Amino acid sequence: MRWVLLVLSLSQLAIAWNAAGAERQHREVTIADPYIELHTGPGGGYPVFFVAERGEQIELLMKRTEWFKVRVARGQEGWVHFEQLTTTLNPDGQPFDLPALGFSDYEARRWEVGALYGDFGGANVIATYGSRTFTPNLSGEMWVSQAIGRFSDSTMVTLNIVHLMYPDWRASPYFTLGGGVIKTQPKATLVATTDRTDNVALAGAGVRVYLTRRFVFRGEYKTHVVFTSRNDNEEVQEWKAGFSFFF
Amino acid sequence: MESRVLVLLLGLTLCVGGLTGCARDRLVQAEDTTQPPVIDPDVARRDIEVPRIDTEDFEVGILAGQISVEDFGVNTVAGGRFAYHVTEGFFVELAAGRADTELTSFERLSGAAQLLTEDEREYSYYNVSLGYNIFPGEHFIGKNRTMNTQTYVIGGVGKTTFAGDDRFTINFGLGMRLMPLDWLAVHGDIRDHVFDIDLLGQEKTSHNFEATLGVTFFF
Repeated sequence: MRWVLLVLSLSQLAIAWNAAGAERQHREVTIADPYIELHTGPGGGYPVFFVAERGEQIELLMKRTEWFKVRVARGQEGWVHFEQLTTTLNPDGQPFDLPALGFSDYEARRWEVGALYGDFGGANVIATYGSRTFTPNLSGEMWVSQAIGRFSDSTMVTLNIVHLMYPDWRASPYFTLGGGVIKTQPKATLVATTDRTDNVALAGAGVRVYLTRRFVFRGEYKTHVVFTSRNDNEEVQEWKAGFSFFF
Repeated sequence: MESRVLVLLLGLTLCVGGLTGCARDRLVQAEDTTQPPVIDPDVARRDIEVPRIDTEDFEVGILAGQISVEDFGVNTVAGGRFAYHVTEGFFVELAAGRADTELTSFERLSGAAQLLTEDEREYSYYNVSLGYNIFPGEHFIGKNRTMNTQTYVIGGVGKTTFAGDDRFTINFGLGMRLMPLDWLAVHGDIRDHVFDIDLLGQEKTSHNFEATLGVTFFF
């Protein structure tokens, strides 16, 4: 019920956001390419229905992924791929600095979120994390992962420090250390078991690859030591891969 | 002695006076340079405030429909979704939903036997999926109106809580996004949720088909 409310309030926010957007003044630029093609939708598959020439003024209404919705002087509205707008000019004659996302934005990232899927000691694991970059090499991460196995499920929350070896490479290995807690819940079909919460420490290594825009691929291996209340500590190996986005 | 002090004081006054005098001279010089030059390049720099461009890559909304929970009847499901559009093709979606399942045929026929408690009968799920807009298109309504559409394939992993346990779930399906406005979309989705369940003693793979309609807002 709570998340239904959350979704409803988010939808409300989105509507309010768009209502505010309708009043907004739009950026005007001058076309510097020989011509631009207006598509009927934000995708290469949508047909071109209008062409505007060099020197014409256009208004940039909004942006979705790599497409700009523009309005030309004669009133037509359509979608233009950002590559056709890279050489447009601002009203002061200066080249319009197109906010296209690239590797330099990746290098300057501060925040990152991601989701990975893999194997946690034989169980399926879905893990999400949020990360804050402190220096190009160093970042702190908070992970929440849920492993669903045959005999038990577990939820793990850990704090990690990550060292990225080559921050200026598109693909770079990294090492990580961390600790946290793990809550293990045996399956309901098993008898005479209880939930337990233990501390966990981990070390790991992985590789991250910058793909495109805000998209990063990430694959990693982590080894965990669960400090159980029994005589032996438990060791759990984890492999997973997934995607993340940076801001 | 006194005269010496006097001389010192005098000297000091002179020095200070001289310094301020110098300063005044400099001031005068400075004023001289501010006189209008012969040619005045009167070019006012056009300071243009560039409005921010509205980027709308996120999508949030609600969904409702029917889910067929294997052995437990067809039930009304309601939920929400949140998506981020990475490229014109790919998007990542986070979705969650819940449904109250009904009695199995066995429970109905036997009368008294109950397999699950009321709490265990609740079916809830969340998942993280990757979608791809495979067929972008347009729908034409009458002579003058068009609506952009995107048919997408989607698949991902998640968790289903049902019959007292969490179950790792794979989901995949097909959906269509109709866009009456640039910021408003109507979704029609058909999704299969697959998980293993050992409720009836033997482990089996359960397929749970879900058909939903939804509304989302881009922001």
